[in-house]
Amino acid sequence: MTGFYTLFHKELLRFIKVSIQTIAAPVLTALLYLLVFAQALEGRVRVYEGVPYTEFLVPGLVMMSVLQNAFANSSSSLIQSKITGNIVFILLAPITHLQFFAAYVAAATVRGVVVGAGVAATAMAFVPLRLEAPGWAIGFAVLGAALLGSLGLLAGILSEKIDQLAAFQNFVIMPLTFLSGVFYSVHALPPFWQSASHANPFFYLIDGFRYGFFGASDVAPALSLGVLGVSLALVCGVTLALLRAGYKLRY
Amino acid sequence: MSLAVKEGEFFGLLGPNGAGKTTLISVIAGLARADAGRAMVMGADVVTEFRRARRLLGVVPQELVFDPFFTVRETLCIQSGYFGLRSNDAWIEEVMHHLDLTGKAEENMRALSGGMKRRVLVAQALVHKPPVIILDEPTAGVDVELRKGLWQFVRRLNREGHTIVLTTHYLEEAEQHCTRIAMLKAGRIVALDSTRNLLQNFSGLEVRLRLEGALGPGDALPPGVPGIVLRRDGPELVLRLAAARELEPVLAGLRQAGLPVRELELQPPELEDAFVHLTGRSEP
Repeated sequence: MTGFYTLFHKELLRFIKVSIQTIAAPVLTALLYLLVFAQALEGRVRVYEGVPYTEFLVPGLVMMSVLQNAFANSSSSLIQSKITGNIVFILLAPITHLQFFAAYVAAATVRGVVVGAGVAATAMAFVPLRLEAPGWAIGFAVLGAALLGSLGLLAGILSEKIDQLAAFQNFVIMPLTFLSGVFYSVHALPPFWQSASHANPFFYLIDGFRYGFFGASDVAPALSLGVLGVSLALVCGVTLALLRAGYKLRY
Repeated sequence: MSLAVKEGEFFGLLGPNGAGKTTLISVIAGLARADAGRAMVMGADVVTEFRRARRLLGVVPQELVFDPFFTVRETLCIQSGYFGLRSNDAWIEEVMHHLDLTGKAEENMRALSGGMKRRVLVAQALVHKPPVIILDEPTAGVDVELRKGLWQFVRRLNREGHTIVLTTHYLEEAEQHCTRIAMLKAGRIVALDSTRNLLQNFSGLEVRLRLEGALGPGDALPPGVPGIVLRRDGPELVLRLAAARELEPVLAGLRQAGLPVRELELQPPELEDAFVHLTGRSEP
């Protein structure tokens, strides 16, 4: 267990030591979104009955930050270690692929949840927030962060260069999070885009998380949890299999 | 290839670039997977018993790698933790002391010179007190002073019972420290013997002679004179002998032929000659 704990602790230290960049910066980014979108769209976009747009927007931004930062943490840590070569210190140690996986994903989850909590806490200074079903909110945040942390690890394993990872981030993660209903309720979309949104797994993450705040959502939270669970199992399974085989890590 | 290093040995792995030294080390360390065959560290299979094998092994990688987020002390504490050691401070202090790192303990890895980073790599390989230590080109790019200190420490570890496996570009280092040497070429062992035997068998002795008279350009060596002629230039004659015992017949034969020796110079055997002989290359 010490091996796992040390690697987990090292991964935490890695982002805490540069917390301006890894925590403060994404919180600021989310607040800028909040400021701009709230100013521009408050009163123009209809979301749920009795829920002002700004209040609707906050949980979406929180969850988006959770997901993006969890992904960024594990993926950038691994790719940096691979490129600089210091991954060798972990590979030389008697650490199993399961411990390796758990440490990276746990640290990514912590980073995602910490940034999300930071966004929520600062947003609450400007926007009143309700929390109808906190268990759902926490569950979606933690599991969603774990999913993206694992996905980040997967992307880090597959990428050999920073730009490959950046492509994954910019062409897969960003579009999926932006089109997941962070900024709008998918019910307001034309039918085609509505069903397209339903094919986006990130939609269920945002929607389920939002349910924790308003007790209302576009789809049933149990369905969202199911999608999240299946995605998590799938991504974890693939990542673990690659780690076990040492794919692109051990030659 | 089949190779067994005995416990407590100071073993050298030599060969030209691309001979497979680092690949062999990577297989033993679990960084690479062998297509076929198996490797064991003190009886622990590096694949099926990888945790035990890795605990028994300390590897100093060839590349100067480091984690720029941490100080020297943090780096060593983290590495200890990877090996399951929580409170390892006393040993870390000792290792840092022997490698002259104590003064740099709180410095970030980024701020260290290349030689210092190399020492940290050595320290990292030793945090878990491995009985087997592999050093892959440990002195590449390290200045003379540091090299001396490093060897002192490694020799001490060897005296204390650690098995040392070394790959190096510097033949004189292998010659100086290793008790046994394997020479690799294109993934095969071309020689495996004690350093002394290798030197004797493959290089022999070079003798430079200055004679009273001169051998004519077409003249054969006087009868009974052993050795191979490497060079002849008037009164100068350079011979290669298999061993020192051949010196006496050389002198006797030349005297009998009316060519007494005025000056004589012996060149001790060098590993480099054995190396050239075996691998057909002049640079390892």
